[in-house]
Amino acid sequence: MSLLTVDELTVTFGGRGRKESRAVDGISFEVDQGQVVGLVGESGCGKSVTSLALMGLLPAKGLTIGGRAEFDGTDLFTMSPSARRDLRGSEMAMIFQDPLSSLNPVVPIGVQVTEILERHRGMKGEAARKEAAHLLDRVGIPDPTRRLKEYPHQLSGGMRQRALIAMAVACAPRLLIADEPTTALDVTIQAQILELLKELVDQEGTALLMITHDLGVVAGLCDQVNVLYAGKVVESAGRRELFAHPTHPYAHGLLGSIPRLDAPRGEPLNPIRGSINDRIAWADGCAFAPRCDRYEMGCLTGTPELGEPRAAGHQVRCVNPVLDDAKAEEVPA
Amino acid sequence: MSLLELDGVKVHFPIKKGLLFDRTVGHVYAVDGVSLKVEAGETYGLVGESGCGKTTLGRSVLRLVDITEGSVVLDGTDLAKLPGEEMRRFRRRLQMVFQDPLGSLNPRQNIESILSEGMIAHGIGKDQEERREKIKAILDKVGLPSNALARYPHEFSGGQRQRIGIARALVLEPDVIICDEPVSALDVSVQAQVINLLEELQEELGLTYVVIAHDLAVVRHISDTIGVMYLGSLVEEAPSDALYAEPKHPYTKALMSAVPVPDPEVEDKRERILLTGDLPSPANPPTGCRFHTRCPWAQAERCATERPQLRDVGGGHRVACHYAEDIASGKLTLTKGEVVSATREGVDDNPETDTPAKIPAQAEKISKAEKPAKTEKPAEAEKSAQAEKPVKAEKAEKAEKAEKPVKAEKAEKPAKAEGAEKPAEAEKAAEAAEGEKSVEAGKPAQAEKPAEADDAPAEAEASDAPAEAEASDAPEASEEPGKAV
Repeated sequence: MSLLTVDELTVTFGGRGRKESRAVDGISFEVDQGQVVGLVGESGCGKSVTSLALMGLLPAKGLTIGGRAEFDGTDLFTMSPSARRDLRGSEMAMIFQDPLSSLNPVVPIGVQVTEILERHRGMKGEAARKEAAHLLDRVGIPDPTRRLKEYPHQLSGGMRQRALIAMAVACAPRLLIADEPTTALDVTIQAQILELLKELVDQEGTALLMITHDLGVVAGLCDQVNVLYAGKVVESAGRRELFAHPTHPYAHGLLGSIPRLDAPRGEPLNPIRGSINDRIAWADGCAFAPRCDRYEMGCLTGTPELGEPRAAGHQVRCVNPVLDDAKAEEVPA
Repeated sequence: MSLLELDGVKVHFPIKKGLLFDRTVGHVYAVDGVSLKVEAGETYGLVGESGCGKTTLGRSVLRLVDITEGSVVLDGTDLAKLPGEEMRRFRRRLQMVFQDPLGSLNPRQNIESILSEGMIAHGIGKDQEERREKIKAILDKVGLPSNALARYPHEFSGGQRQRIGIARALVLEPDVIICDEPVSALDVSVQAQVINLLEELQEELGLTYVVIAHDLAVVRHISDTIGVMYLGSLVEEAPSDALYAEPKHPYTKALMSAVPVPDPEVEDKRERILLTGDLPSPANPPTGCRFHTRCPWAQAERCATERPQLRDVGGGHRVACHYAEDIASGKLTLTKGEVVSATREGVDDNPETDTPAKIPAQAEKISKAEKPAKTEKPAEAEKSAQAEKPVKAEKAEKAEKAEKPVKAEKAEKPAKAEGAEKPAEAEKAAEAAEGEKSVEAGKPAQAEKPAEADDAPAEAEASDAPAEAEASDAPEASEEPGKAV
């Protein structure tokens, strides 16, 4: 039994006369204790909406959520709002992308951290302040007692993200959802934050759902990687398997279009043509077909299914996948 | 003679204070003495983190910000001294592509109007008809349909907008294009299209680029020469391949090690240099070497007092560090910061263990393997000084590995749960071990970390010898931190 089981999650915006738009179109995955699962995709693939739906942070009106999401055996979507509030922040917590706009600019850091301790752990006054300082210290913020009195604008970007992580781990959550936690940061700071997340997972056994667009971040961190396109998982595999044998043309194309620091110079990149706007509805066939080089007529006959595992835990949603021989030509020795 | 030469360029922004009269109370040293040369037809890449002054430097070349000191010489003309009107005319030869493709296009102007504005200002084309023909040709070059002319920026996707930005620079037939973060706002698949487009255009039109970006991989991909900036000055400059092969400045080393590579095989072998702290304020830069406050190799003398100048260390490789040679030869050791593995230690790399057929067997194995694994970890977390136990554990471990290499690794997980009971101590122990680490010894030291023994089973399959060496290292290491605690 996994800690978090997401089964055919759908999120549809609009309705009531407006054109419906399905941001998440049937995503299923599991996250286990001490495991890191990655959701990778470009903007508009539904990765952030997935995380917001799981945390219950989407607005109640104007959209419908379908499918099931179970956290430790209880269904998140049928839970009462108050039970959900108890869970959120204590058992499951989230780290947001933009640390400046996720922190309240007119409230000192200390108050924002102790707020969680007061709500979920019933701590008060001096005890809560001490614990908050301890938390800031744990995530590597120097001079934590002084920082508690400061406002978000007085902290640097990396430190704000650390403060946000401190708030997320304040109640030792069993599941941590990190939505692009390093995108707004410089690489040297990104390395520090990634190291912090690694420690959390390895030492505390926290389950981590890592949402990112950066395949490099995934390579060193995730156990299982789900590649999303237009609201569906198109490929799911262990990290080694995915990078060694990217089988869906989209995953294959993504890896081919990233300039790599260790690749020899002068080789042109192999971009995927078009943009995410050139897609068709999954109901009509493969949403990636208009951009795909391996497109054939079979791609347009209904939604392709996630096929049988090609290797352990490696599933692909494609009728004409990229086989190994095609990849072999492109990989530099 | 280079096409574009910058000599000692400084851009200082005054910090003003006061209600009635603006008093200058200090300066932000955004760019503080940069000299570089860009050859015709070449791409010069400027990298650095946010706040290092790379964008300000790019803008100062076009005189979009005033240059406080120094000279910018394009083809023999010093732009820093040109009067306004002449400078304006000169800008035809010097164009810029901006970072935010939507923010840099007027939403109320259609594409034809946006592209012809510059042409009108510089008197290119007799009438609108002639200009329109030229614009169509350029749009075709950047891969946009000619029906784009009557459309507005919001009708295009991010990648197409950036193409419009490039087209706007191209219609004036410039010599030099300064690209400020040309792809950072784009998705990876589209990013590659724009990078390829820039390269094709360079080949076709013989353009010279100055590419400013924070993404080292992108810069390395398109640049011939790379300059690395830190806090307003260049710390290293070298041909692209030389810089990648052997970064000499400590900052470049840390920066390159921090860039994740999308390949687990590479990540497993790589190490990251973690810098301590954040970028200091450019309004109050550190004395001496700007990087000495965060430099992992900072020395007590010289670094804090004497500002290193860019000096040639051979092969066009320039570096601003007093101790570049000593660091390269491994004479100096890390004084702060730490070196960590790029891969998470507990990452599960054996998908076979997930297949249902093996799960019962596995559960059995875990309970068996738990014992030796336990004795290994607490030996380090607690203060058990028994030298025998680790040895036993090692043997038991080895036996396990020999049997089922995959299972033994699984067994590490319960062990971790054990270790987590005393995270503080375990952490201290790990720190103590790391404190002893030196740069040259960085790799062997890595192998000493007990947890690194995780990898051993995988290697055991390939050959016995390295696995043995590693396994025997592990108990040793677990002893030392034990003492330290």
